[in-house]
Amino acid sequence: MHNFDFVKPSSIAEAVKALSTEGAQALSGGQTLTPTLKQRLAAPTVLVSLTGIAEMQGVCLGSDGLSIGAATTHATVAKEAAAHYPALAALAGGIGDPAVRNRGTIGGSIANNDPAACYPAGVLGSGATVVTNRRKIAADDYFQGMFTTALEEGEIVTGVTFPVPQKAAYVKFNQPASRFALTAVFVAKFADGVRVAVTGASNNGVFRWSAAETALSGNFSAAAVEGLTVSSDGLIGDLHGTPAYRANLIKVLTKRAVAAAH
Amino acid sequence: MPKDHGIGASSKRREDVRFLSGRGVYTDDMALHGQTYAVFVRSNVAHGRIKSINTANAAKMPGVLAIFTGEDFKDVGGNPAGWLINSRDGTPMREPKRPVLAHGKVRHVGDAYAAVIAETYNEAKDAAQQLADDSDIEELPAIVDMKKAVADASNRVHDEIPDNLCFDWGWIEDNRAAVDAAFKSAPHITTLELVNNRLVPNAMEPRSSIGEYFPGTGDYKLTTTSQNPHLTRLLVAAFVLGIPENKLTVVAPDVGGGFGSKIYHYGEEALVLAASRKLGRPVRWTAERTESFLTDAHGRDHVTKIEMASTKDGEILAIRTETLANVGAYLSNFSTATPTFLHGTLMAGPYKVPHVYVNVKTVFTNTAPVDAYRGAGRPEATFSIERIVDKMCRELNLDPFEVRRKNLIQPDQFPYTTPVGLVYDTGNYQATLDKLIELADVAGFDKRAAASKAKGKLRGMGLSTWIEACGIAPSNLVGVLGSRVGLYDAATVRVNATGNISVMTGAHSHGQGHETVFAQVVAEKLGIPESSIEIVHGDTSKIPFGMGSYGSRSLAVCGSAMSKAVDKIIAKGKKIAAHMLEASENDIVFADGKFSVAGTDKAKSFGEIAFSAYVPHNYPLETLEPGLEETAFYDPANFTYPAGAYLCEVEVDPETGKVDIASFTCADDFGHVMNPMIVEGQVHGGVGQGIGQALLENTSYDENGQLLTASYMDYAMPRADDVPFYTVDHSCITPCTHNPLGVKGCGEAGAIGSPPAVVNAVIDALHRGGHSHVKHIDMPVSPARVWSAING
Ligand SMILES: Cc1cc2nc3c(=O)[nH]c(=O)nc-3n(C[C@H](O)[C@H](O)[C@H](O)COP(=O)(O)OP(=O)(O)OC[C@H]3O[C@@H](n4cnc5c(N)ncnc54)[C@H](O)[C@@H]3O)c2cc1C
Repeated sequence: MHNFDFVKPSSIAEAVKALSTEGAQALSGGQTLTPTLKQRLAAPTVLVSLTGIAEMQGVCLGSDGLSIGAATTHATVAKEAAAHYPALAALAGGIGDPAVRNRGTIGGSIANNDPAACYPAGVLGSGATVVTNRRKIAADDYFQGMFTTALEEGEIVTGVTFPVPQKAAYVKFNQPASRFALTAVFVAKFADGVRVAVTGASNNGVFRWSAAETALSGNFSAAAVEGLTVSSDGLIGDLHGTPAYRANLIKVLTKRAVAAAH
Repeated sequence: MPKDHGIGASSKRREDVRFLSGRGVYTDDMALHGQTYAVFVRSNVAHGRIKSINTANAAKMPGVLAIFTGEDFKDVGGNPAGWLINSRDGTPMREPKRPVLAHGKVRHVGDAYAAVIAETYNEAKDAAQQLADDSDIEELPAIVDMKKAVADASNRVHDEIPDNLCFDWGWIEDNRAAVDAAFKSAPHITTLELVNNRLVPNAMEPRSSIGEYFPGTGDYKLTTTSQNPHLTRLLVAAFVLGIPENKLTVVAPDVGGGFGSKIYHYGEEALVLAASRKLGRPVRWTAERTESFLTDAHGRDHVTKIEMASTKDGEILAIRTETLANVGAYLSNFSTATPTFLHGTLMAGPYKVPHVYVNVKTVFTNTAPVDAYRGAGRPEATFSIERIVDKMCRELNLDPFEVRRKNLIQPDQFPYTTPVGLVYDTGNYQATLDKLIELADVAGFDKRAAASKAKGKLRGMGLSTWIEACGIAPSNLVGVLGSRVGLYDAATVRVNATGNISVMTGAHSHGQGHETVFAQVVAEKLGIPESSIEIVHGDTSKIPFGMGSYGSRSLAVCGSAMSKAVDKIIAKGKKIAAHMLEASENDIVFADGKFSVAGTDKAKSFGEIAFSAYVPHNYPLETLEPGLEETAFYDPANFTYPAGAYLCEVEVDPETGKVDIASFTCADDFGHVMNPMIVEGQVHGGVGQGIGQALLENTSYDENGQLLTASYMDYAMPRADDVPFYTVDHSCITPCTHNPLGVKGCGEAGAIGSPPAVVNAVIDALHRGGHSHVKHIDMPVSPARVWSAING
């Protein structure tokens, strides 16, 4: 690890100011960034911790849905969202291991936008709104490919607001080593239609499976998906599975998510 | 009532108190005055010619104390191979020099070609990065695939070895014609090509070494993560650096697992010693996890074609194998023994097979060295045999239980001479098979399969009846087979004046529980409490010259030495008692911790004898020496032959290909059991590793020799929820006939017997589920591979 300075501001404004220093980088739970630093793959001069900012913490049900502060840990979401949005709570409770869940945060996860991460599926599958220090970004506009988001220089995620569906489920098939998603599917049924988001499978990161959304909006049952085929074009092929295998998983897991949705 | 003390008791592991409370002291825990840090500069290409290394910039960086390159070690010795193997044509194996630091060429990703010593770790890291930037290494085409390595003579790992072959070994060459003839006339031949996947050992504690040089005396000390400190001392002192053995102490303190990877001497150990000599300060190094992945000796990595000749009703007539075994870029210390004498000699399994021929070609590649890893050679043999027996049963539509039973060596046939050079001293393979069938409730399988089906899962069961040769020892035998070292072991029993005991053992415990079990054996024999016995190991300045722990040998070999030393203590105690009790030595009997005169009530306690030995006020010194301390060396007459039967049940999800282990049952014969709890733990750990190999662990190099699985993000280790609650039994006992404790060893069994049981179960599940076109799936049997096999 290279040397760096460390600051822990207590407001969003202070954090944004600290981040304007040359070579500064945001640090949330550190579950992605710390290993990167240890391997000397990044050398920020200042780390700006986002975990001391009260307005970026907590889970709160309001009129526009369930709002979660960006620095809220996975463990907190697993516990506090359970009554309001069980599928999302279950997603958070299935990330990594207890140590990761006690430190890792929703903001860090979606800022990083790992193609195999869980939250991007939950956020896109719910049609959530990503709130930053500058604006509100619809999930459909926020995720822009592997490790790429709509965030601009100096912009940080401060929270995410989720509309709560009638029914939803997240079904994750673990990559055997990392236990990130080899492929995972988030299905959410709203009054006006169904959203299906797939993570772990595509070279372009999280995406919506629109054919399944159409089929399920007409008939919310596993059978509705049965007749669909998934193309393996653009899907990830690696040690843990070929594109064809991932295409198969997308369909199998979607059916299972529909069956499990509650 | 089970015993609560001594042999056969499940005494709690006394070492766990410090391990589980964070009070173990490992190499990296030791802080030394004036210590400095070594960081190695490692190749990031698999194969390259070192054109220049410019040290000037790095040398000027803050805190840098010294820089070493291969040039500094070109005149010292190489790290040698411990076994000389001859090819079929009688020529000796090719043995390229394995230098402390690569010189001229780098031969695998991670091959260290320079080292920086600095005041702090970060300064050493910074300078190592600079040195890497200032090194000019011309990348050469990498040799990764063994078949290509042998076929393409133009591309060489070692310039002087034209076909990348270390040796081409036939076992037993003289039997080859008879084996071929048996195949010619065989009613049925089963053929299987398989891969025994390369594994990264992944000990929890990474390798770590501290070198110290004491200018006042000229002594050296190496504190290191070793399974066998005396062997390391011999190698680094006599072969590599030329330090007199008596000027070097090697200490292996608490060591957090080895599984074979810490048997061997590695260049980092020589480097920290040489650097401490140059600087007059302690020099330390601890591997980062990535370094461990890249440079710890890996395990397995065989590509095998096995053929089995049989009658139509499943009687095995002959076995023939052709194997390519990867040794990686350099010969690690046991690398030539593992694919030969720990593999070929086991190729008859527990069966009465009259004809066996094994051919092994070992191949150099631009990958990390490969050597013994828990089981070492025997898992490879067992996997090949048990997979092909299963395939033969399927081809001939025979019951796998019955076919095994028919072919197993019968209890009255021991000692049994195999066609591959071993004599199994004792065993009862039918007994363990019967036990297994009962414990695993084979009769209830159909009901369980129906329940699985109701959940959409395919259930299958896989059997493995296995044997191994362990207690790796007899010097006579291993000498004939090519070993350059003897493989006895030694123990010293020192009775202190106050009656408590220190036992110094050549065996090293790095998780096995010797401190508990060895004390149980001594306590039993002397009739004193376990708590008054201390086991001392891991320090060459304290212990007798022993060969350390691997090959399930510690109790069978070192424990036997200790048992002999205790017998000598008792004999000496009788002399002392005879003197104290004014009786004839022949009339003294020792029982229940007391020396007494037979037929009288005259007696002295063990404590009184001990005290007298050190306060010998009126000893007849011409006939009775003071003191009560004895050493014994033990070199057994044969290997030991643990054997058993394993049954695995799996559930396969046909839609995703995921395999879950539903149950795993083991019926083992380990001979006498000293501590049942520890034996069970060893079997759990071994089977866990076997399940890891079968389902999860995949060491993958790409065609450029880059290790794709160099971290836990891609290398899958078994976790608690990957393994079931095991059923383990060791009540079938045929005691070893040639060691004093009648023990056989249990450390590797689980890892040897389990992988074929898992794979057989998966194939069985697929067949029962209607996917009978699937004949074999290579390990690891990952979800993606199972799914492809089903849909292929
Ligand atoms: C062993 C292990 C297992 C894991 N398993 C899973 C899993 O199964 N599923 C899964 O989804 N994830 C998994 N993760 C990743 C985990 O969820 C991380 O917590 C998450 O990806 C990053 O969140 P963080 O809070 O730790 O972010 P950090 O590591 O602190 O930051 C990550 C990146 O985001 C930036 N950043 C952080 N917060 C913000 C913000 N508010 N605005 C803008 N930029 C920001 C940082 O500058 C950095 O570049 C695992 C991680 C580990 C170590």
